[in-house]
Amino acid sequence: MCPRSSTSARPFQAPLESLATVEETVVRDKAVESLRQLAEQHSNRDLETYFVPLVKRLSAGDWFTTRTSACGLFAVCYPRVSNAVRAELRQHFRNLCGDDTPMVRRAAASKLGEFAKAVEHEHLKQDLVPLFHSLANDEQDSVRLLAVEACVSIANVLQNDEKQRLVLPTLKQASEDKSWRVRYMVADKFSELQAALGPELSSRELVPAFCSLLKDAEAEVRAAAAAKVKDFCSQLPADTRQQMILTQVLPQVKELAADPNQHVKSALAGVVMGLAPLLGRDATMEHLLPLFLTQLKDECPEVRLNVISNLDAVNEVIGVKNVSKNLLPAIVELAEDSKWRIRLAIIEYMPSLAAQVGVEFFDEKLSALCMGWLTDHVYAIREAATNNLKALVEKFGAEWAQQTVIPRVLQLARDQNYLHRMTCLFCVNIMAPVCGRELTTKLLLPTVSSLVSDPVANVRFNVAKTLQKIGTVFDQKVVEAQVQPVLERLLQDPDNDVKFFASEALEGLRLQ
Amino acid sequence: MEWYFSQVKGTMEDDVAEADIISCVEFSEDGDLLATGDKGGRVVIFQRDRQSNSHKCEYSVYSTFQSHEPEFDYLKSLEIEEKINKIRWLKRKNPSHFLLSTNDKTIKLWKISERSKRVEGYNTKDELGNVVPREGPVSALRVPTFKPSDVVVEASVRRTFSNAHTYHINSISVNSDQETFLSADDLRINLWHLEITDQSFNIVDIKPANMEELTEVITAAEFHPWHCHLFVYSSSKGSIRVCDMRQKALCDQHAKLLEEPEDPNARSFFSEIISSISDLKFSHGAESTQYLLSRDYLTLKLWDLRMENQGPVSTFPVHDYLQTKLCTLYENDCIFDKFECSWSGDDRYILTGSYNNFFRIFDRKTRKDITLEASRENTKPRQLLRPRKVCTTNRKKKDEISPDNLDFTKKILHSAWHPSENLIAVAAVNNLFFYQSKES
Repeated sequence: MCPRSSTSARPFQAPLESLATVEETVVRDKAVESLRQLAEQHSNRDLETYFVPLVKRLSAGDWFTTRTSACGLFAVCYPRVSNAVRAELRQHFRNLCGDDTPMVRRAAASKLGEFAKAVEHEHLKQDLVPLFHSLANDEQDSVRLLAVEACVSIANVLQNDEKQRLVLPTLKQASEDKSWRVRYMVADKFSELQAALGPELSSRELVPAFCSLLKDAEAEVRAAAAAKVKDFCSQLPADTRQQMILTQVLPQVKELAADPNQHVKSALAGVVMGLAPLLGRDATMEHLLPLFLTQLKDECPEVRLNVISNLDAVNEVIGVKNVSKNLLPAIVELAEDSKWRIRLAIIEYMPSLAAQVGVEFFDEKLSALCMGWLTDHVYAIREAATNNLKALVEKFGAEWAQQTVIPRVLQLARDQNYLHRMTCLFCVNIMAPVCGRELTTKLLLPTVSSLVSDPVANVRFNVAKTLQKIGTVFDQKVVEAQVQPVLERLLQDPDNDVKFFASEALEGLRLQ
Repeated sequence: MEWYFSQVKGTMEDDVAEADIISCVEFSEDGDLLATGDKGGRVVIFQRDRQSNSHKCEYSVYSTFQSHEPEFDYLKSLEIEEKINKIRWLKRKNPSHFLLSTNDKTIKLWKISERSKRVEGYNTKDELGNVVPREGPVSALRVPTFKPSDVVVEASVRRTFSNAHTYHINSISVNSDQETFLSADDLRINLWHLEITDQSFNIVDIKPANMEELTEVITAAEFHPWHCHLFVYSSSKGSIRVCDMRQKALCDQHAKLLEEPEDPNARSFFSEIISSISDLKFSHGAESTQYLLSRDYLTLKLWDLRMENQGPVSTFPVHDYLQTKLCTLYENDCIFDKFECSWSGDDRYILTGSYNNFFRIFDRKTRKDITLEASRENTKPRQLLRPRKVCTTNRKKKDEISPDNLDFTKKILHSAWHPSENLIAVAAVNNLFFYQSKES
């Protein structure tokens, strides 16, 4: 802990003070941040002598920009000043919470939480909680929704009975606010609110609020609440949890799965799988399984993707075999979707999916798909498919690769389309490190070398690049016997690029 | 009420350049500044001269800048006009002034600031290339310093909000939360945040799935002066929709619909065209009731937001004598002119323009009204304006003018009333007239 040295801090205060008043928000925010750090450098006495007057000046500034900056400077100096000064600071903050302009009230609302943490308990209840209530009832929507955030911080520092008395009514009011944006904030912060209020209060009072947000008239609110279903349920007290989910949450979830708005459905699909471990095997089979199956057939691809990406939770509880019958058609449909980004997304899930379904199922049903992607029209798909192969080889091992993957990859080398021949080389690049020296020398190298006489120059120079990449895998004898001649032949190629990459490779492998 | 001439701005020559035609007039929140936009994409800001004599309220040019330039949309092979459609001032947040100005496609946030300091002492050569003489040896460190100088007014663009409108922007309005604003074109209304220029939310979309079913377009939109969640928009069919942003993210469903039930007897080929609302203004809230003023081709209508399905509270005829001339006005396109309207600061008077450089002021308290002319002939200092009258019978009196003799090329579309004083700015083609009054 270095001692505070005020003398070095003070000269910076004046320019920072004026920067904290400019109209550009980003500049003001940075100035406030710097001032907060500066406060750390002041001794307690200097804090009172120099810093607090700055805070007071800013709070009383003519322009609202000045006053908004002041809001961020209270928490950092309050704990270290005398009681008399503390009373003054509280008064100034109170004025800011009641300021004429919405911007200042917004700034005060967003800093109320951190100020609450710094203030003593009795003053918190006496001074700050009333401010919180008034901000939560502000006429401007934008102020009320920031009060929701402050709610979390304040609840965190209160005792249980105080939480119920002082925070809960306001929170309930916010979850029924006329403005959907306020209700959205409640939904968005629900997990934090739950944690702040504690399990007992939450299960008693928050469950109805959460369920009503799941049924909200505005789709944005429903989507935000749906995204929190898993977190909400997992934080319920363990003894009553299953019962509560079954009776109160699940009916809503079932309705949401058929919501007209696709964002709501996607948000739900992303998390609903997380309920499986909480409900146990039987309840999952009875209630959640039909839901997953419906979602797998949803018309919106994002919903289907979100389901598939979260299968591990289901696998843990009931085993993926129960879903595999419906899983496969869903995967195939996504893999062949006309939009390439959808195809890309499913490829990215493939390695984890393969790990869950196991090698047999994969070989039988999914490997054809993975090979098919290697010859997709879109380069991004071919590239992702190549990376996918590497991940699969890492999971299933080199022997599996030898039997299933490598023959097909090498087949590509004889394809009519030069792009596919190049894909073959990219696969070799990626797979050589995971396949190991023996496999690479025996199987991959001959094919690579055979492409040295390819009619298309792009293929030929990629041969040089590939040899440079995989050259490190081989031992020196192989390199001299098999790699060097190929590269030297390419050095005599009529195409300049081929010659360039051949010479690069020779240099890279230290053969020149 | 008696009105006196105060000032006129703009060239008095007959030859008017199209670029000089004024397209919007707007007072700042305290009335200290007045901004005008023209067809050439320029914004001219006038400032009230601060004199000890409180009767004199003269404005002089404070700043002029080119806000928008003409552009070409390559994809659609269309020109984008630089004409300024609307200007709206932001509330003061520091010594500088901020305003939003928009043309058909792009909205810009301008900062107008005064600089009264100049940096001096650079170690460089002067304009002629000579080394600037200095005191002390060359090796001594010289740091440039700020020295006071004459006040210079600078305008700089701080934000550009573009690429969000397929159709022509007709309105912008700043929300009472002072961080968001809306922009409306023929079919859509977007919500912006002043700090964020690359995203906007669409809150109203009345584009039909099949464009051939299009029957009405949005003509004006305005936020409520203090309820941050309410806004209104008017249509070409004469209806006003009130929307509550709290209910839904997308406000296609209106919360209230204000319209006048159609009188089947008065139907004509032109009924729908003349019912199209060209401007909407909320009252200042000086009275306990919040009123909304709408201007359609022939009338001003006063609406109470709480009275749905009952039509307007009052209707003020602006130029009824044009009822018989609608056919001619249709042929020369004047029937599509978009007139604006304004409230006085105490909400007692309403102001709107007409043809022949006439403008009309209605006194809601006494139910009287007056017609005045913004004429280049009445420009003697503090000259009292003589009320004008259009004769509607066959017996034309001495001072009256017949509807057939009205000049339809001289139209006052844009005008503004000072927020707290009885001072009005009236734009007549390329001239800006200032008139002041004393209570009579």
